[in-house]
Amino acid sequence: MQTSVDIPPLLAAPAGGSLWRRKLVNRVMTGLVVLAFVLALLPLFSLLYQVVSRGLPGLDWEFLTGTPRGIVGGGGAAHAIVGTVVITAVTSIISVPIGIMAAIYLTEYGGKGRLRRWLTFFVDVMTGIPSIVAGLFAFALFAIFLGPGIRLGLMGAVALSVLMIPIVIRSSEEVLKIVPNQLREASYALGTPKWRTIVKVVLPTAFAGLVTGVMIAVARIVGETAPLLVTTGIVDSINTNPFEGRMQNLAVYAYSEYRTPGVMKQASYDRAWAAALTLIAIVMVLNLVARLVYRRYRTEIR
Amino acid sequence: MQGAAGATRAEAESTEQQMPASQPAAAPAPTSPPADERRAKTIEACDLNLFYGDFQAVEGVGVTIEPNKVTALIGSSGCGKTTFLRSLNRMHELTPGARVEGRITLDGHDIYAKGVDPVQVRRLVGMVFQSPNPFPTMSVYENVAAGLTLNGGRMKKAEKDEIVERSLRGAHLWNEVKDRLDKPGSGLSGGQQQRLCIARAIAVEPEVLLMDEPCSALDPVATLAIEDLIGELKSRYTIAIVTHNMQQAARASDVTAFFNLEETGKPGRLVEIGPTETIFTSPKEQATEDYVSGRFG
Repeated sequence: MQTSVDIPPLLAAPAGGSLWRRKLVNRVMTGLVVLAFVLALLPLFSLLYQVVSRGLPGLDWEFLTGTPRGIVGGGGAAHAIVGTVVITAVTSIISVPIGIMAAIYLTEYGGKGRLRRWLTFFVDVMTGIPSIVAGLFAFALFAIFLGPGIRLGLMGAVALSVLMIPIVIRSSEEVLKIVPNQLREASYALGTPKWRTIVKVVLPTAFAGLVTGVMIAVARIVGETAPLLVTTGIVDSINTNPFEGRMQNLAVYAYSEYRTPGVMKQASYDRAWAAALTLIAIVMVLNLVARLVYRRYRTEIR
Repeated sequence: MQGAAGATRAEAESTEQQMPASQPAAAPAPTSPPADERRAKTIEACDLNLFYGDFQAVEGVGVTIEPNKVTALIGSSGCGKTTFLRSLNRMHELTPGARVEGRITLDGHDIYAKGVDPVQVRRLVGMVFQSPNPFPTMSVYENVAAGLTLNGGRMKKAEKDEIVERSLRGAHLWNEVKDRLDKPGSGLSGGQQQRLCIARAIAVEPEVLLMDEPCSALDPVATLAIEDLIGELKSRYTIAIVTHNMQQAARASDVTAFFNLEETGKPGRLVEIGPTETIFTSPKEQATEDYVSGRFG
């Protein structure tokens, strides 16, 4: 590499063309990384494109407000949207308190004890269990008391809680861990009992992170299909009561529209895609809300 | 009692105004008149051994920290000063595995006696930490009032306002923050944050104030402000301060205790305690002399 300026020996590149080689390696590595990035995004964009282009035709007012009309097909997915909202809400009501309190135990009370280690281990295991297993668990649990063949919105919520609790625990634990110990000590030094320190200092400081974690957990379970297939069943009418009767949800709706289309097959397929699009829209809205909450409430932690 | 306190605070205020201007380096802090009715308490450690698990951090320390005086704890890093300080308000035991042997008494009452609630001890013995740690979710006002609200005490707004103002004046911070009491406490400068933490500590009216290197994260001007403040607070509180800054110990304290450890891994011991002047000019022990004169090996 020759330049017009005289380079003093101290700053000159080492002899033997190693500079040339280094630049080449740098280029190649940059290229590989960019390529990997593009490869990772391709399926995502392809999927988004497919869902939007195929889902939009079926997504109309009737789809959002109507319910299926007999064997001819047609109608909408209002019952599935309502079901998704109810099941997700009940799941959150069960999972969020349990998850956050478990995380508080792990970070604030667990110390280095054996119980803490076992809990952490099982939480890790639980994040990895297949969702159908969670569904079968809820199914078996309710079958013991209410007999086989029972289908309830609540059953679905219990199945989803099995999946959601470990995610909430994991994310909340991480957030609580980064609350500086100084703040706890400052609170203790003022003569504040431990539980008040947790409620008034630790949780508010971690609030934004906790909400984000919960939203991500919700987004993760809102599209579950398999566990709901065996617990909430398939139904054609709106049901808002999780304690009684079957309950439809968007993912299961999409599945059943494809599996057992009506007389006009294309219309059923369109509705399945529209359901998928609606689901993605819900997840996106949840993520946006999480971001807004995070921006609004995050606390600067030095 | 509160009326008298308010008066001294108001006087203190006038000196505060000139604060940011450069002050002579070792200006002795103005002490408020001893008319204060409040009598601070003595805290006394006797044959104190402190452990982290199997590791003994402090061995056989016996110190009397007298009221209305500033006691400085000096010594090299890792010699147990901070550990000792944290044992005085039972913060030491918050570290998992930490243990205390020996006796610490507050005005003759053993604070480690069975049945004594550590939470109550910490209400009597306040603490200011090394780096300023205002609660990030709270405003300036809420930070000062934190000791009152966190403990769940219900209190009239006017009463709370008064305590907040008195504490902020006491911490020489009122004039700087009175127009932004509702702004986040973390938005203040480092020196202001530390004074905010002092205000927060004195708002609960402790008997003893412990300070763990309160100026180590501050610039010289902010440090001076804190030192002035310490000089003034001693009229109302018993103060113990850990510092690595020998000039600070010399400037701000009345009594100095020198801690040392023979070698790494051995527990720290109290080498010598005495009036600050004596420790810095004619200490009894060679080790003290070496340390304060900077010849420490």
